[in-house]
Amino acid sequence: MKQVVVASGKGGTGKTSLVAAFAELAGRPVVLVDADVDAANLALLLPGEDAPAREFEAGRLARIDAVRCTLCKRCVEACRFDALRLVERRLVLREIACEGCGVCAVVCPEDAVSFEPQRAGEWTVRETRFGPLVHAALTPGAGNSGKLVARLREAARGLAERLAARWLVIDGPPGIGCPVHASVAGADLLVAVTEPTPSALHDLGRLLELAGHFRLPAAVVLNKADLDPAGTELVAAAAAARGAELLGRVPFDPDVPRRLAAGQGLLAVPGVRDAVVACWRAVVRRLDAPGDGAEERQDAIV
Amino acid sequence: MHLVVASGKGGTGKTLVSTHLAWLAAGRGLETVYVDADVEAPNGHLFLAPAVEREERHALPLPVLPAGRCVACGACQDFCPYHAILVLPGTVLVFPELCHSCGGCVRVCPSAALSEAPHEDGTLRAGRAGPLRFLDGRLDVGEPRAAPLIREVLRRIPSGVFAVVDAPPGASCATAAALSGADRALLVTEPTPFGLHDLRSALRLCRSAEVPAAVVLNRADLGDDRPLREFLDAERVPLLAAWRYDPDVAAAVARGELAARRVSWLREAAERLLDVCLAPAEVARP
Ligand code: SF4
Ligand code: SF4
Ligand code: SF4
Ligand code: SF4
Repeated sequence: MKQVVVASGKGGTGKTSLVAAFAELAGRPVVLVDADVDAANLALLLPGEDAPAREFEAGRLARIDAVRCTLCKRCVEACRFDALRLVERRLVLREIACEGCGVCAVVCPEDAVSFEPQRAGEWTVRETRFGPLVHAALTPGAGNSGKLVARLREAARGLAERLAARWLVIDGPPGIGCPVHASVAGADLLVAVTEPTPSALHDLGRLLELAGHFRLPAAVVLNKADLDPAGTELVAAAAAARGAELLGRVPFDPDVPRRLAAGQGLLAVPGVRDAVVACWRAVVRRLDAPGDGAEERQDAIV
Repeated sequence: MHLVVASGKGGTGKTLVSTHLAWLAAGRGLETVYVDADVEAPNGHLFLAPAVEREERHALPLPVLPAGRCVACGACQDFCPYHAILVLPGTVLVFPELCHSCGGCVRVCPSAALSEAPHEDGTLRAGRAGPLRFLDGRLDVGEPRAAPLIREVLRRIPSGVFAVVDAPPGASCATAAALSGADRALLVTEPTPFGLHDLRSALRLCRSAEVPAAVVLNRADLGDDRPLREFLDAERVPLLAAWRYDPDVAAAVARGELAARRVSWLREAAERLLDVCLAPAEVARP
């Protein structure tokens, strides 16, 4: 089984619709993971029945006993996350800032702090026509998105083994922070989706640098490639400079958003289809080629 | 006033909106600072081309064990809820990628054996683009946590100015950090099922952060905006602007330019949006 992560440093480059197209091209059964847990959109493209949702509890939140609290403010000064404030002679906990570290309980002379587990989100498995999709919804503002992603990938690996799936495709989150780390760790290939704009180019550079940091082979798909020929050349050069293969160039088609809204995928858009198919073939060629070390890497991780 | 420009989904035009509002406000003579809090992918500088006046490294205090006083009692390890510190025979090991820099282990150590040393995680920059002040943060590649750097960028906002904060996309702890201290939020979205789905999470986040939110619809004609409008009506969230897709705007973005320098309808639309943002009564509480 090979794990392909599709990510983009910058959001909105079309990575989710590309993942849905890859799912169709990979052939049944493919196992899918939506690791963009705070903006999970893959399920919107892939209808199917969800198993009952499972709670994901991670971390904890402080809780202040107002009866015991004498408003001494020691906790307010000790909390490094600015989660406690004194408002009108009342100690207020800002739940979205609290990281559950426990320092407030250490400094409180009145034993006024206790903790409750935090519901960080919920996750489930959907049966789609291409195979199971493991997806989640992070509680807005919750930390622990990296842990939730790790949980999803663990479930997906189990499913892939049970189904003897050849491909596990991960829709990765934007950025370069912890959920991205959790998405790419131990994968076989990072496919970075980008566009020919200075912002996307800048973010692509950081994402490829991250791939280097994790010693993860990387490749690039250039979306909306015809929007700016000069920018396209810059992206190609940036990919080459970091040793990332340019898998293909997908043209811009203003019809794509409408097709997606109508429940159709990229493969239904004639001008786009061929380019997407070429990108997937390049992924297959790359990972199925004997002697590229992918198999050993997989063994090293498992 | 702190206006945070956010979006549940990335790539909806959040930086387009935030750079224009900041640039136009400064052009009106208002003391304004553009703050790029999207520290994982900071792009505002590409459009504003600021002259950087100050650049400094940011660091978090991480526990270290100088030789000597550890009695291997294990209190630090028992305390740390993130399993970031491990007591081994003869030494204590700290895992920087797990440590939240809370300072708890240092406090609970009975023999005052631990101290803290700076661990660099990013760069802060300050400068100017003409009359507009500029601040940004850039997370080092490989660092997992954006929130501490975001909090530090926000701390640099001078008091009494109009601050336009470009927040990280999504609805995670990084977006939450950027919303801290905001007077109101503008959520930029697009008329697709993705846009609507992610807007819901962003809105829930604004509610938990108790920040009043309003919406800007970008590329309004590329898709079906009816579900969005119905949702906003039902939730009583104001829709402050709907900007259409314009290839000239896309081309300006592709060149790294402020599109309103050339596209006059966008300039007028952004001016109107700025009027609404600066007029307190217009944005209803969510
Ligand atoms: S648990 Fe930690 S983050 Fe939460 S309020 Fe207490 S000190 Fe602050
Ligand atoms: S340290 Fe304890 S008593 Fe003091 S303000 Fe905090 S909760 Fe209240
Ligand atoms: S500073 Fe906090 S998070 Fe870091 S090792 Fe110490 S207790 Fe753990
Ligand atoms: S709490 Fe202090 S003395 Fe105890 S193991 Fe940790 S560093 Fe050593």
